Amino acid sequence: MSLLQLEGVTRSVELPGGEKLEILRGIDLDVAVGDHVSIVGRSGSGKSTLLNLLGLLDTPTSGRITFDGDPLEKLSGARRDRKRGRDIGFIFQQFHLLPGRTALENATTPLMYATGRQFWNRAKIAADMLDRVGLSRRLESMPDTLSGGEQQRVAIARALVRGPRLILADEPTGALDVETGAAVMQLLDDVAEQSGAALITITHDANVAALARRHYRLDRGVLAPVDVTRVLALEASGLHQ
Amino acid sequence: MRGWGSALVGSVVEAWDELRIHRGRVLLSLIGVGVAVAALAGVVGLGAIAQQAQIEQLERGSGRPATLVLGAPYEIATGKPGDTAVLADAVAVAVARYKIAYWGSVGYTQSMVQFRDGVDFVDTQTVSTSYGPMHRVQLASGTWFTEYDERRLAPAVIVSDEFYQRIGSPNLETSPTVTLVSDREITVVVIGVLPPSPFDSTLRMFMLGSAFAAIATPTAVAQLSPAYEFWVPTESAEQMTTLLQRDVAGAFGAGWQVDVSRQDYLAWEGGGDPLGPIRVVLAGIAVLILALGALGLVNISLVTVRQRIQEIGIRRAFGATASRVFFAVMMESVVATVVAGIIGVGLAIAIVQNPWVREQVAPGLLDVPPFPIEAAVLGLGAAALVGALAGLLPALVAVRVKVIDAIRY
Repeated sequence: MSLLQLEGVTRSVELPGGEKLEILRGIDLDVAVGDHVSIVGRSGSGKSTLLNLLGLLDTPTSGRITFDGDPLEKLSGARRDRKRGRDIGFIFQQFHLLPGRTALENATTPLMYATGRQFWNRAKIAADMLDRVGLSRRLESMPDTLSGGEQQRVAIARALVRGPRLILADEPTGALDVETGAAVMQLLDDVAEQSGAALITITHDANVAALARRHYRLDRGVLAPVDVTRVLALEASGLHQ
Repeated sequence: MRGWGSALVGSVVEAWDELRIHRGRVLLSLIGVGVAVAALAGVVGLGAIAQQAQIEQLERGSGRPATLVLGAPYEIATGKPGDTAVLADAVAVAVARYKIAYWGSVGYTQSMVQFRDGVDFVDTQTVSTSYGPMHRVQLASGTWFTEYDERRLAPAVIVSDEFYQRIGSPNLETSPTVTLVSDREITVVVIGVLPPSPFDSTLRMFMLGSAFAAIATPTAVAQLSPAYEFWVPTESAEQMTTLLQRDVAGAFGAGWQVDVSRQDYLAWEGGGDPLGPIRVVLAGIAVLILALGALGLVNISLVTVRQRIQEIGIRRAFGATASRVFFAVMMESVVATVVAGIIGVGLAIAIVQNPWVREQVAPGLLDVPPFPIEAAVLGLGAAALVGALAGLLPALVAVRVKVIDAIRY
């Protein structure tokens, strides 16, 4: 069942001189429930812009985005915000944990915008999720006392507390060493699979991308399927940049 | 409805968390507001005490609300004053009929008193025992007249500070006496002394009307032509005015003029509240102080919001709507200022209720008013209002944060 669909999506910005810069061109993407998609691309290829569109944080210049069958352009700003909070979980490269708040308080953040039982039971839900990512002993730890891997696990717990149907991971291992990055990706993959959420990983690391079931490459604003095993082979031979 | 409840609670919890985490910054920003609220509530509280002092001062002169005055009746055709005995009987019947507990005659005369350095004239006011409570008479020492004083053979007098000093400030417990000089010499006992007044240095004394009638010559008693005062409930003052006038006029018959009128400060002509101008000035000062506190808060809030752009962006990414962010930033300001307001009001209560402060503002106050509830409500209301106004600008800035830019920031 299709969860997120992009049809002919473009995104351009106007430069100070009045010139238009096209960042994304004719993007077509269909993400189903439980899917795991990776998008690789170099810096400046338009990855972050695409992530913002996928995360309902931005609107396309042209083309059509539907989430759960609802065209994005028909949703008001507030409804889009609520849908994002309910159905999408973000994981950022720099973790973006809120300073001065414990791991538990950080994981609770999305539940502050929930309603009903999710809101009133927020502390327990967040604690359970931190337990699930192996941080049950660090609930009261501040971000600056956690290692990079632990911080990213808090960020994963935060992204998952509301049971999102889509997880967007932007360079989830970008700030971690190889070993920790692999462990975090394995955890993310497991948790996403257990929860049945679709996972879109945007990365420039072919090894991370290889963990997905479907692979895309974003190059100069154009999204195309890619054979990631070929990329890995090229990387291994030192021919791929 | 359920969504609104959790959104409201969520906003308050978020606001409280923000204040808790940044308590150092919050504390600094709120000092100004707390002090301003303390000043506002304190000014209102001290104003209430000053107002009470002024009311008591006014009541000493004109009586407590509602005080009715019945002037000496006179014959319309000749202007001849009425018989004081008939008047006294008519008044006694009327006060019994209308169950008036506090009433009495008041007359003004002059007495000659033998001082050590010679005889001098003393302004003498004849009163009843009720006059003290009716006019909140305050004594520097001694006691006000009681029924016992009605039966004294040597009449009791209460004298002004000037008088008291003139007789050498004797100890009242020794029952000091002075001599009144008229057709004979009469010894009177000083039982009380009025407090010194910077604006009044006349020789004055109070004496019970019954005592004066016993010692004065018939001519002096006849010339006294006393008025009567009645202390009645404010709500029935108008009705009592009519009834007293009717009853006393009835005792004298046709052709006699009897005037009853209200004389306490609440009935003064020129309308309005005689304390109004003081209140306006005090309120103006308080508002100015609060405005300065609010400006400081706006300044700090704006800087803080700019520092929190990334956090706001992250919250937006996790589902915070623009209105929720607006409300949360606003609530931070309101919750913080209300907390500052509570502390400020507490401080104001401590200052206003301090006996030393009270003595400086209103020396010799008889009925110390409790800390006015309206001052506390006003302080808290003003704090919340300042919080809302000071939070408005930062909240608008927060809503305009672009999520994408904020996260990259």
